[in-house]
Amino acid sequence: MARAVSTRRKSFNTAAAWSVAMLLFFPILWTILTSFKPEPQAVASPPVFLGFDWTWQNYIDVNQQRDYLRFFLNSVIIAVGSTLLGLVIAIPAAWSMAFVPGRRTKDLLMWMLSTKMMPAVGVLVPIYLIFKTLGLLDSRTGLVIVLTLMNLPIIVWMLYTYFKEIPGEILEAARMDGAGLKDEILYVLTPMAVPGIASTLLLNIILAWNEAFWTINLTVTDAAPLTKFITSFSSPQGLFYAKLSAASTMAIAPILILGWFSQKQLVRGLTFGAVK
Amino acid sequence: MPTQSSRAAARLMLSPTVVLLLIWMIVPLAFTLWFSLQRYNLLYPDRQGFNDFANYTRFVASPAFLAAITNTLILVLGVLIITVVLGTLIALLIDQPLWGQGAVRILVISPFFIMPPVAALIWKNMFMNPTNGLFAEAAKYLGLPPFDFLGQAPLASIILIVAWQWLPFATLILLTALQSLSSEELEAAEMDGASAAARFWYIMLPHLARSITVVILIQTIFLLGIFGEILVTTNGGPGTASTTLPYLIFKEALLDFDAGTAAAGGVVAVILANIVAIFLMRAIGKNLDS
Repeated sequence: MARAVSTRRKSFNTAAAWSVAMLLFFPILWTILTSFKPEPQAVASPPVFLGFDWTWQNYIDVNQQRDYLRFFLNSVIIAVGSTLLGLVIAIPAAWSMAFVPGRRTKDLLMWMLSTKMMPAVGVLVPIYLIFKTLGLLDSRTGLVIVLTLMNLPIIVWMLYTYFKEIPGEILEAARMDGAGLKDEILYVLTPMAVPGIASTLLLNIILAWNEAFWTINLTVTDAAPLTKFITSFSSPQGLFYAKLSAASTMAIAPILILGWFSQKQLVRGLTFGAVK
Repeated sequence: MPTQSSRAAARLMLSPTVVLLLIWMIVPLAFTLWFSLQRYNLLYPDRQGFNDFANYTRFVASPAFLAAITNTLILVLGVLIITVVLGTLIALLIDQPLWGQGAVRILVISPFFIMPPVAALIWKNMFMNPTNGLFAEAAKYLGLPPFDFLGQAPLASIILIVAWQWLPFATLILLTALQSLSSEELEAAEMDGASAAARFWYIMLPHLARSITVVILIQTIFLLGIFGEILVTTNGGPGTASTTLPYLIFKEALLDFDAGTAAAGGVVAVILANIVAIFLMRAIGKNLDS
């Protein structure tokens, strides 16, 4: 809202808003700071804020003792793999619902969303046993399959809301000019759809990266991603705050940065276009 | 107008998604139903056969069940109330003219991107730990005895952690909704002498209603499945003080190896989730149509 306000009022707003923002961000900031502390200073009483002996040692230790890189690669493969596979399946579906809507399109969309309502624990036992039988337990393939199916409704919804905004007249004009279905998709639709597809991609990588039910329950070591890696810190090693912080920082940094880039798209993506 | 052939093509393109989701919905659920009626312990695979709904009676009659249902409801409602109320207030604040709005947005949204086990471990160890967490240090500084958050108030502590993760989401959505409100309307009301409270109540809140509905729907979907946070903080304890339905089923299945009872629990969870879903979808459907 562009309303003229006094500088004093604006200063007060700024101070208040920044205080709230810093309060919410503080646990993350504190974790990052602690990751650079020597272990004794991480539990010092009273706590040290900035005046400690900065060190990289925790990062080196965590990498050497815990093989961080393997977990990181698993996270990347699972998050990116399931998102790409989901897009390949969902793009044609979203396209057809947006441009060739039928009488039941809305019901179909609602039904897809309703599959998200099914609690994961409801099917934990069969999925676990099916995976065990098929040898998919602790495999990246298995996790990619599960996360793809899990996020498919969200991917379809997001793409649908983006495609819906591409004006249908453009397609009709292309058709009048004699463009076939292939040309229509390749030269008219694709360029207009790329931004929507890109933000869907980004948001779903974030969701898949942070998924903490299937990734923890269906893996042991080989396919274990960062969620599992962090869970192994829950006790009693969690008492080494500096190492816990270094591990946490490494687990969240990539997605935090990705998140900052995508935050403008986050709202409309995650609300399925209901809030823009 | 879509032609006959484009309709056929559309169906063809739609079918993989529909078929996959149908399989994903029906196959595991059918298995769950089947297992739930069987005697089935992963440690004793030779003991099999139907057992007359014993899994259901055992699951529902166990004292942990009632606790789990109550805890799940308290967790979901608690987080919803905190995030919607605080989210509205913070959104109103950030929507005011101020310096560095972009940076404030980025700081506020950040907790949303933190993976659940990390968020829970940071809070558990570095803030809530009764010997050297920051809260204990603050209590010491004020001369108060330290408080064992996860031991004394496990569910409330988990609500705090989860609310921290979801507050950014609610705030960002409500902020986006506020920014789409026309300032003319507010200015007109201001000139007519409407107080700030009246402007909020009669103009902003109705405008936010739709977004609040969306926030509640989406958060409920995710909150009903909260798992990682409980696993790394309290393991559902002490006792069953912070056991939710998902965690109880996980415990039956993978810690007690009682696949039959866990499956029965799964069926119960699916039924409950569907009851919630029907209400929510109806409310949302109404709100999204207009």
